Amino acid sequence: MTRKTASRLKAGVAAGALLALAALAGPAWAFCGFYVAQADAKLFNKSSKVVLARDGQKTAITMANDYQGDVKEFAVVIPVPTFIERKQIGVVDMPTIDHLDAFTAPRLVEYHDDDPCAPRQPMPVAMARSGFSPHLLAYADASGRYRGVTIEATYDVGEYDVSILSARESDGLVNWLTDNGYRIPAGAEAVLGSYIKQNMRFFVAKVNLDRMNLIGAGYLRPLQVRYDTAKFMLPLRLGTVNADGPQDLIIYALTRNGRVEITNYRTVKLPTDVDVPLYVKDEFGKFYKALFERAVARENMRAVFVEYAWDMGWCDPCAAKPMTFRELVELGARWIETDEDVPFGLRGAGGAGAFVTRLHVRYDAAHFPEDLVFMETHDRENFQGRYVLRHPWRGNATCPAADAYRASLQARFRLQAHNLSFLTGWDAKDIATRMEAAGQRAR
Amino acid sequence: MPMPGRLRFLAEARHLQIAALSVLFAINFLFIDFGAKPLASALAIATSLATQAACAWWFGLKHLDLRSPLITGLSLSLLLRADEPWLHALAGVLAILSKFVIRHDDKHVFNPAGFAIVALLFLSDHVWISPGQWGTGVWFAALVAFAAILVLRAARRPDIAIFFLTSHAALLIARALWLGDSLAIPLHQLQSGSLLIFAFFMISDPRTSPDARLGRFIFAFAVALAAHWLAFSMQMRPALYIALIALSPFTLLIDHILPARRFAWTVPVERFPMRKALQGFRLSHFLRKTGAHFS
Repeated sequence: MTRKTASRLKAGVAAGALLALAALAGPAWAFCGFYVAQADAKLFNKSSKVVLARDGQKTAITMANDYQGDVKEFAVVIPVPTFIERKQIGVVDMPTIDHLDAFTAPRLVEYHDDDPCAPRQPMPVAMARSGFSPHLLAYADASGRYRGVTIEATYDVGEYDVSILSARESDGLVNWLTDNGYRIPAGAEAVLGSYIKQNMRFFVAKVNLDRMNLIGAGYLRPLQVRYDTAKFMLPLRLGTVNADGPQDLIIYALTRNGRVEITNYRTVKLPTDVDVPLYVKDEFGKFYKALFERAVARENMRAVFVEYAWDMGWCDPCAAKPMTFRELVELGARWIETDEDVPFGLRGAGGAGAFVTRLHVRYDAAHFPEDLVFMETHDRENFQGRYVLRHPWRGNATCPAADAYRASLQARFRLQAHNLSFLTGWDAKDIATRMEAAGQRAR
Repeated sequence: MPMPGRLRFLAEARHLQIAALSVLFAINFLFIDFGAKPLASALAIATSLATQAACAWWFGLKHLDLRSPLITGLSLSLLLRADEPWLHALAGVLAILSKFVIRHDDKHVFNPAGFAIVALLFLSDHVWISPGQWGTGVWFAALVAFAAILVLRAARRPDIAIFFLTSHAALLIARALWLGDSLAIPLHQLQSGSLLIFAFFMISDPRTSPDARLGRFIFAFAVALAAHWLAFSMQMRPALYIALIALSPFTLLIDHILPARRFAWTVPVERFPMRKALQGFRLSHFLRKTGAHFS
């Protein structure tokens, strides 16, 4: 066993012990470490968050947005595969999605070397996560009158006025949407026509200001639609029409059996478990953004990246406290047996499982002409985006082992510098300067 | 003029196919995320070889030829995904058994690896195939096409892959035109590495495709049509494989209606002038004398 492997193993054992202690202490589950750095909430501009929960053909799609414009102008048009009844629509609290985002985010873990003259026992003491800012899947403005296609139903859903439309011709639909205040970008007609011929209906929603004020949430809550369908897909194409450059989409897929992958594009793991220089701690968000951009470039923007794939029952290390049954049910995982407000991770043996796959895609019409099509696999192998800081021992050490330890640090620093440069494309000289300033001088 | 021994070895279609599949396997193993796993692949190959040996003994074959089961094992390693390694072992056994048991008129009905994949997809919840894993890269398409041309030229059956790809492309383009979609969509669908592997290494298996050229065209078109329906109407992701296996029994009917020279790996082409084959002679009685069974 190499020293690195041994050290990781020990770190794992130590982390496990800490988590076990935390579990024994009940509510102290909240202790999974604390954040040492948090990436800017606006890390990825023009990004959306979608939670997809799927069990057999039962599908729930929850769309989060932090729409920054005037809420009067908020409007969303989503192709859906079936007619939607009122009971199939709901709103979800944003903190629930934020929790899932934090729980599955790429993480920075930190270890401190022990005195080289004493037995080695590294322990994880802290972690950080990156955060992402969502926008809308597709939106348009309001202005106008009604004309046209079949309105199959209209519903009041929280702060939203929702209509379910079906259409025979795309121009009729475009007229209706335009006349009802949905500003449809040029070029969308062909895409709408394609969905119409595929027997899709349209879920359209606008904000009802009176009800929004009455509810007083202060923000637009994520909309959720639930339906039974063989189509396990996510319509991207409307969002790429006339889009101003590439957009980011983060998909959190909750499934019963295992990892979700894309069937019509490559699904690729992000680089993970890499040692990076200590100064990354202060700019983890910037680091992760550069890493992601470089990974996208390496794949010629033709892949979807896995950031996290893990059994929802546990985490190691946890980037946030575990999700509760209630939260998972709220996000559409209705196959789990209860909606109690207790951590899902504390469920007993047996019971229905839940697996989460976090996929991150940067897309535009040129590289992603087709909608994303998904498939659930039975692969339950865990994966997480994890980047490691290792603090050298700074105390006194005079034994013979200390000389060898200090000598080994040079190779470690060089490796960390190389890793950082490879992952982010940052200039090697700048990295060396920053490392030196942080006390990691590689000669 | 007879070829020198080494060249003849290289010109043998199965050797080229083993080489091509090995390269794809190495790429899958080393560079593709969520790709082949060592234990599962070893089990698929080992059980394919062992089942061939056991069946050769049981059915009293004079020669044990391990080239075809190696191709089957490599194909299973490349294409099949499962969360338990024993499923790959079962796939190897099912594949080779199907070759010996499901036969008609001295020809096996199903492509062995294709049969095992589809059988397990229906029998178990724990297997899947990853149609997106090869991506849509041009370099990969070029590599697969190059390898396939070598293999199929040597096997003298390149037509069915061309028939299939043409039918599939025509259907995808027709669908895009009907939907009013940009042609970027069918072009993207046609660049799929998985599609090319299916076309060049699965449906073009000369031992399980119809004997007559017209028959191969009908069969290739039917598979493309069925796969189209399964993928777009039934939302099945392994549509190509299910279509191929579901329609394979019809090759018997096609061979009956359109008889032609039966393919055998080991028979030199010179013995069978194409003109005669096209005249519709049934040569199965002659083939039996060549000893080209079960390969």
